[in-house]
Amino acid sequence: MAAKFELKPGAATREAFGKALMELGKKNPNVVALDADLSKSTMSAGFAKEFPDRFIECGIAEANMVAIGAGLASAGKIPFAASFSAFLLNKGFEQLRVTAAFPNVNLKVVGTHSGISIGEDGPSQMSVEDLSLACSLPGFTVLCPADEVSMMRLMHAAAEHVGPVFIRAGRAKVPVIYGSDQEFTIGKAVTLMNGADVTLIATGLLVAEAIRAAETLAAEGISARVLDFHTIKPLDRDAIAKAARETGAIVVAEEHLVDGGLGVRVAQVVAETSPVPMEFVGVQNTYAESATPEQLIDKYGLLARDVAAAARRVLKRKR
Amino acid sequence: MQKTSDPVALAAIAKRMRRTAMEMITAAKSGHPGGSLSIAEIVVTMYFDVLRHDPANPKWKDRDRFILSKGHCCPILYAVMAECGYCPKESLNTLRKLGSIYQGHPDVRFIPALEASTGSLGLGLSLGLGMALSAKLDKSPARTYVVLGDGEIQEGQIWEAAMFGSFHKVDNVLAIVDSNKIQLDGFVKDILDLEPLGDKWRSFGWHVIDVDGHDIPALQAAFAEAAATKGKPTCILANTIKGKGVSFMENNPKFHGAAPSADEFQKAMQELA
Ligand SMILES: Cc1ncc(C[n+]2csc(CCOP(=O)(O)OP(=O)(O)O)c2C)c(N)n1
Ligand SMILES: [Mg+2]
Repeated sequence: MAAKFELKPGAATREAFGKALMELGKKNPNVVALDADLSKSTMSAGFAKEFPDRFIECGIAEANMVAIGAGLASAGKIPFAASFSAFLLNKGFEQLRVTAAFPNVNLKVVGTHSGISIGEDGPSQMSVEDLSLACSLPGFTVLCPADEVSMMRLMHAAAEHVGPVFIRAGRAKVPVIYGSDQEFTIGKAVTLMNGADVTLIATGLLVAEAIRAAETLAAEGISARVLDFHTIKPLDRDAIAKAARETGAIVVAEEHLVDGGLGVRVAQVVAETSPVPMEFVGVQNTYAESATPEQLIDKYGLLARDVAAAARRVLKRKR
Repeated sequence: MQKTSDPVALAAIAKRMRRTAMEMITAAKSGHPGGSLSIAEIVVTMYFDVLRHDPANPKWKDRDRFILSKGHCCPILYAVMAECGYCPKESLNTLRKLGSIYQGHPDVRFIPALEASTGSLGLGLSLGLGMALSAKLDKSPARTYVVLGDGEIQEGQIWEAAMFGSFHKVDNVLAIVDSNKIQLDGFVKDILDLEPLGDKWRSFGWHVIDVDGHDIPALQAAFAEAAATKGKPTCILANTIKGKGVSFMENNPKFHGAAPSADEFQKAMQELA
């Protein structure tokens, strides 16, 4: 059986984003940051204080911010443009498409307050379609780190990667999954637990839930493999094909609409390689509501309990 | 509900609504007090004097429409709508809680008497123009009122709407800018200055009225002037104080989006007594 995980309380991925942005600012004078009147919430405020000359406050004008960022990138800067994911992707989509994706410029966009775990502000501020939108942009790299360590590492990887990147961050504090020495490669899933009966593929907030689900399943005699898909695009096709072949059943879990999310992207690879039964844990064709983050992830079925239930369902269908 | 044009009566209602909004935000432990307090007189004068509406018949076809485009300031709108009888007063303090109709931002799925779901800034004026054009097509006397934040009008879509409104002579729409000089990260002048704001709206073809947004007779006069202005839309620039009525919230960016503590709440209620 896989090693027991100790999930200690950790920082929010937006806090790790803010920290990593400061490190990058120190390391590389070409790094600039943009925000749209949310720097205290996205956590780009630290960078703004430390490097006022390289911080560009755009006001409440996300579309303009994205295209300005693309212009900066076209001229050789490494811009990180941040806002709530909902506003960044929905207001800035045309700009992401035509000024960043088409010309393949080196723009990094960071969407914080993603998913439904922002809680009380409610659905107008929640982003449950950002992964789908970002993945629909050819040439974009799409990252969704699960904890502070992976966010820090992947921010550095994003800065080194040449090309447009979308990084998804959350508002809520999340457990620490990784030791500080863990390595991350864009496009390579991390195997958190080995298992033979079923694979739990998770991203972001759901990675910790998948680990907890695997521990529950282990107590029932079910051996679950847990993969952290911190990179949604490009997908780690090899890890998916291997999981399908070796475990014969897959559950995908994400804090995102099931429509257009990681799950359907994984399903495509499964269909192309080794078709096996799959189940999907995510937000089902609806907008959420105001409540505490804990109440929402319970009501909308994003807990370890839901991942474990999906695993039991998929095992019944396994041939 | 009892409508009134008496400024003293309206001011008394505004004070009560401020208290209710503070109670709601304190109970929720989150929300936006500053921008709720800055529009108390505007929303109260709208619902209790200016708007042609009927709480018993919220879907009346010829009603005037009110859109709170700066949706984060919904506590004051909920308080006023409940006072009018659109929704229950007893549950106002369930704001932002699981199962409450009083969502963190206006949501027509939960309160059908709301004219629009808002919360993503920049959309309300376009929506209002659509409603106003529909009234023109129907030869309806309905007017549409849209309250915008001053930070909000940094969104480019506001200026697309402004251009459209004057070109199409949508004189049955009224934009009210809550010019409280503060947005989320600080003062508007430091983030992305809007001045000269009146000149901007005028150059986009709008009739502009500058007014003290806490002066009820001045607001009433401005609303009447707007209704009498034909052939072009009107924009009221309401000069307000963010956090108005609670000394430590006034002009204090901290209270854009922070709920008062228990002590602060007590102090606020004393000041609003
Ligand atoms: C499109 C969009 N971008 C950002 C936000 C986050 N946000 C909420 S309130 C606010 C500041 C609004 O300032 P202002 O319009 O002046 O409102 P007020 O001062 O009346 O509270 C921001 C940036 C949002 N709700 N929508
Ligand atoms: Mg303001």
